[in-house]
Amino acid sequence: MIRDPKDLQRYTPQERANHWVVGISFILLALSGLAFFHPAFYPLSYLFGGGTWARILHPYIGVFMAFFFVLMFLRFRMLNVMTKTDKEWLSRVGEMVDGDDHNMPEQGKYNGGQKAMFWASVVCMVLLLVSGVLIWQAQFSPPIGLVRLGAVVHAVAAVAMIALILIHAYAAIWVKGTIRAMWYGTVTRAWAKQHHRAWYREVTGK
Amino acid sequence: MALQSLDIKQRSATTTPAPSVRQTTEVAKLIDVSACIGCKACQAACMEWNDIRDEVGINTGVYDNPVDLTAKSWTVMRFAEVEEGGRLQWLIRKDGCMHCADPGCLKACPAPGAIVQYANGVVDFHQENCIGCGYCVTGCPFNVPRISKDDGKAYKCSLCSDRVAVGQAPACAKACPTGAIQYGSKSDMKDYAAKRIADLNERGFAKAGLYDPAGVGGTHVMYVLHHADRPQLYNGLPADPGISPLVSLWKGFAKPLASLAIGAVALGSLFHYVMKGPNEVSKDMEKEVEKETEQ
Repeated sequence: MIRDPKDLQRYTPQERANHWVVGISFILLALSGLAFFHPAFYPLSYLFGGGTWARILHPYIGVFMAFFFVLMFLRFRMLNVMTKTDKEWLSRVGEMVDGDDHNMPEQGKYNGGQKAMFWASVVCMVLLLVSGVLIWQAQFSPPIGLVRLGAVVHAVAAVAMIALILIHAYAAIWVKGTIRAMWYGTVTRAWAKQHHRAWYREVTGK
Repeated sequence: MALQSLDIKQRSATTTPAPSVRQTTEVAKLIDVSACIGCKACQAACMEWNDIRDEVGINTGVYDNPVDLTAKSWTVMRFAEVEEGGRLQWLIRKDGCMHCADPGCLKACPAPGAIVQYANGVVDFHQENCIGCGYCVTGCPFNVPRISKDDGKAYKCSLCSDRVAVGQAPACAKACPTGAIQYGSKSDMKDYAAKRIADLNERGFAKAGLYDPAGVGGTHVMYVLHHADRPQLYNGLPADPGISPLVSLWKGFAKPLASLAIGAVALGSLFHYVMKGPNEVSKDMEKEVEKETEQ
């Protein structure tokens, strides 16, 4: 549906589908993984048909997510290269969090915070995949020292990833007019000019 | 599942206290390695009583048979040939669960009630609650639990918890022809061991001693060793076993803190929204862009 022909395309249908395949996998992984993280969350395993089913499914969903995460990484990696402006933006992130972003440095398609989020989640995903393979006892049996290390790394990276994604989701909710970019692909011109002025100029020529 | 819930001291993945009104005597099995002749009657008794038959394995050139503990072989005699003082010594250790006072398997287990420790000290797996994650394997300092390839559940020696519950000795102790496996209260077993050690000292084993490692809070399966100063001689029995610090970190204080941190991020976001308000496109910007677009 085209709400306003002047709206700007931010994500293609393929990019959106890719994002949500990863997003849904992540939610399933977080819920089933938390079940084994602490007894307080064990009841979450019933969403997957019980503890044993959660244990069986979790690693397969993980491999599935990792595959689509790699695709997403390939799509967006060039857009997330850190620049000097991004670093300046990050150093002044306090002003942004405080709710006043009018004096923030001009941003391209992604701001420094989004780029930092991108790279942090790439690191987490790599750690989760490698450590996850180490502790996937149904498929692999590496030396016990590596399994123990893998269990700690998996837990730490998972907590970091959950916190990152919470921030990612909140940022999208907080900055009005953002979520539609991932729903149906477009944003308003005013949104683009306020939040990503350099990108606005690039796509509109104004 | 032999003892009733009143006798449970610790339960895996459970953060509230277990029923603890009843105190029972701590029991122990004492394996006197110096009296073992390697006949494997204990292995046969174990499979008889528990009614489990392992697959027939292969001969690997040594007496160990089966070669290793499996989901269907809960105890294995391990034969070590060691040269000591110009003499060959055949050190035969009956391997299996040590029933630690501080069980690493139970600490690592994420499934509520899959591993319990009874008040008498026996550590037991309840396979109906086991989810097959293998975390118990990472928690164990003695490399004992085995995951079955058939059903994905973890298995190990139960110290014949069903026999012990009704005042019987474990099957292996009952079957041992030389009295190398003794069973009774832990304090009685320590007294018995002291006598054996004194005897061994007299017979030229100055370093004979009891293996009841403090690193895991003591065990409910203890060994009398002729060379207690070097337990590694006995097919790698660890000298100072303990739960890996990685497992302690992973299962210790870090997790409640991390859970709180995740909760704080979520709640922090909510309160940020409530206190700062949404970040909307300003009216001025809308007008500015409208003008720009009309041009």
